[in-house]
Amino acid sequence: MLSNLGDGFLIAMTWQNLLLALMGCFLGTLMGALPGLGPANGVAILIPIAFSLGLGPTASLILLTSVYYGAMYGGRISSILLNIPGDEPAMMTCLDGYPMARQGLAGEALTLSGIASFVGAFFATWGLVLLAPQLVKIALLFGPAEYFVLFTLAFATLGGISSTNQAKSAFAAALGLGIAMIGSDSQTGSQRFTFGEIHLYDGIDFLIAIVGLFALSEVFIFLEHHKGGAVGNSGAMKIGRIMPDWPMVRRCIPTMGRGTVIGFIAGVLPGAGASLGSFLAYSVERSTVDPDNKTFGKGDPRGVAAPEAGNNAASGGALVPMLALGVPGSGTTAVLLAVLLQLNITPGPLLFQKNPDIVWGLIAALFIGNVMLLLMNIPMVGLFTRVLLVPTRILMPVVAMISFVGIYSITGSTFDVMLMVGFGLMGWVLRKLDVPMVPIILGILLGNEMEVNMRRAMTISDGDWSIFVGSPLAIVLWVVAIAGFLAPIVVGRVLRRKQAALSDEIAEGD
Amino acid sequence: MSDRIFGAVGLALGIFYLWAATIIPDSFMSDVVGPRAFPYIVGAIICICAIIFLILPDPDPVWPGLRDLAEIIFAGAVMFLYGWALSPAGFVVPTVFATAYLTWRLGTPPLWSLVTGAATSVGIYVVFHLVLGLSLAKGPWGF
Repeated sequence: MLSNLGDGFLIAMTWQNLLLALMGCFLGTLMGALPGLGPANGVAILIPIAFSLGLGPTASLILLTSVYYGAMYGGRISSILLNIPGDEPAMMTCLDGYPMARQGLAGEALTLSGIASFVGAFFATWGLVLLAPQLVKIALLFGPAEYFVLFTLAFATLGGISSTNQAKSAFAAALGLGIAMIGSDSQTGSQRFTFGEIHLYDGIDFLIAIVGLFALSEVFIFLEHHKGGAVGNSGAMKIGRIMPDWPMVRRCIPTMGRGTVIGFIAGVLPGAGASLGSFLAYSVERSTVDPDNKTFGKGDPRGVAAPEAGNNAASGGALVPMLALGVPGSGTTAVLLAVLLQLNITPGPLLFQKNPDIVWGLIAALFIGNVMLLLMNIPMVGLFTRVLLVPTRILMPVVAMISFVGIYSITGSTFDVMLMVGFGLMGWVLRKLDVPMVPIILGILLGNEMEVNMRRAMTISDGDWSIFVGSPLAIVLWVVAIAGFLAPIVVGRVLRRKQAALSDEIAEGD
Repeated sequence: MSDRIFGAVGLALGIFYLWAATIIPDSFMSDVVGPRAFPYIVGAIICICAIIFLILPDPDPVWPGLRDLAEIIFAGAVMFLYGWALSPAGFVVPTVFATAYLTWRLGTPPLWSLVTGAATSVGIYVVFHLVLGLSLAKGPWGF
């Protein structure tokens, strides 16, 4: 395994790849810092661009995963300085980060959260190195029927936690799967749902849907609320001294440890993702070190370190099921799956056997990117805070135009550009109705693979549906899927109430 | 109420999807379940969920007023127009106007919007086309 990792470092350590990692980290931090542009949006906009640049698979992956890790770092900046989370997982960082900034400790809070992010991401990447190959061994036992159930499980749990309404997440998943069916059938060549429209014969490119649903719908939301001003103002941007003193850091070391473990587990579990990772890390930390609620929420440094370690560890953990099984655990990893599919790489156990160079090059790049991010984020944090001064009335149109450029440059078709606008409007309506976007994306991405596995299984069993409950493994997966779908109806309500209570605290804090 | 309307639209969509699945043509190649089985399952799930929305609607979201709704629709229309204009007019000119429109609607004064539009358009053209070599729409003037 270590020799594999060594080979990975050899692949990642070319000048081109290092430069791409540096660029990705920088862009990612910027995107994470800006509210309205999260990791999923950021990666989605850059996929077509990386692709039309003609970068190889390893190079594209290095660029885009650096963006992913960078965005996870960047989200905390506006949380701490402005009490506005830069992306969803950074919400918990507001709770203690903003009070710290108000006490004149903004610089310390930023550095400390940077260190916590590094620790979380670093150990989570080791977790990925150790856990992914084990998971691959299990995955090799999967037949088509088990894969079909695994995909079902992914939809059941992914929709479960991220949505307030199970029916809506199931609807979203079915909508995505339905869109994936458009085009010619991969096995028989029959045209499905194309209605004679030539543009639809090849199906709808998932990038069009992703960029439309994520990036463009965000632009519509900004238009709706007429939010044109800058997020920050120069008054709130005073950072003060940057290095926290050693006792403060030392006090946070056990916190980071706990946050990393919790975050990593939350990341590996399907459907949980970074938001839940940071939420759990914060809650557990609060009940461990501050059961009476004396310092947490009032600027306790441990309240900054815990969610940041948790959030970054979760983003590493989420890569485990994505790479080893081909089933993403969160929205952003779903977008990373899109990267792989766009490059014609099918993730899953075979990826580790057929393309070890890609896997290990990617993992090495994660280590390198992580070090770069730490080095970049501490001295340059002042530069990143400047982005918050760019008014969104200039920024959002630029984002929209770059999305158009990306899609046009890979498809070269104005029909696809208009289709993307359609997806953007649809995304806006669905968001209003509280329908989650992630299951739609996942449905579009996994739909064909899921159907192929179903049909293969049926061919093996010669038309007998009982093959889907025909092995103990499949039955276990069904049980987890059903439990994962039903449990949030009970547990999720409690979690959400807690989360809502904490968000109220954010609102009151200002 | 919003959810009930959504449910009705969803149900119509689900039924249409099921109908469209029944007319998928057979081909000379075939497997055990054929090209229609999976779409049937998907269509059925859409219908079931839509019926649940009809029976158990969530509380209404805050819909924007008529003015803001018009804002969204106009912005959507401008983007459609933009997509359509790319092939006859090239990249740079439509981008100037589309960006100017969006930044104007987000609160930039009109004249500055045009400046922003021009700067964005030329900036993207230089960075993505001239430096990075992406292919952008070519109009009658070649840009």
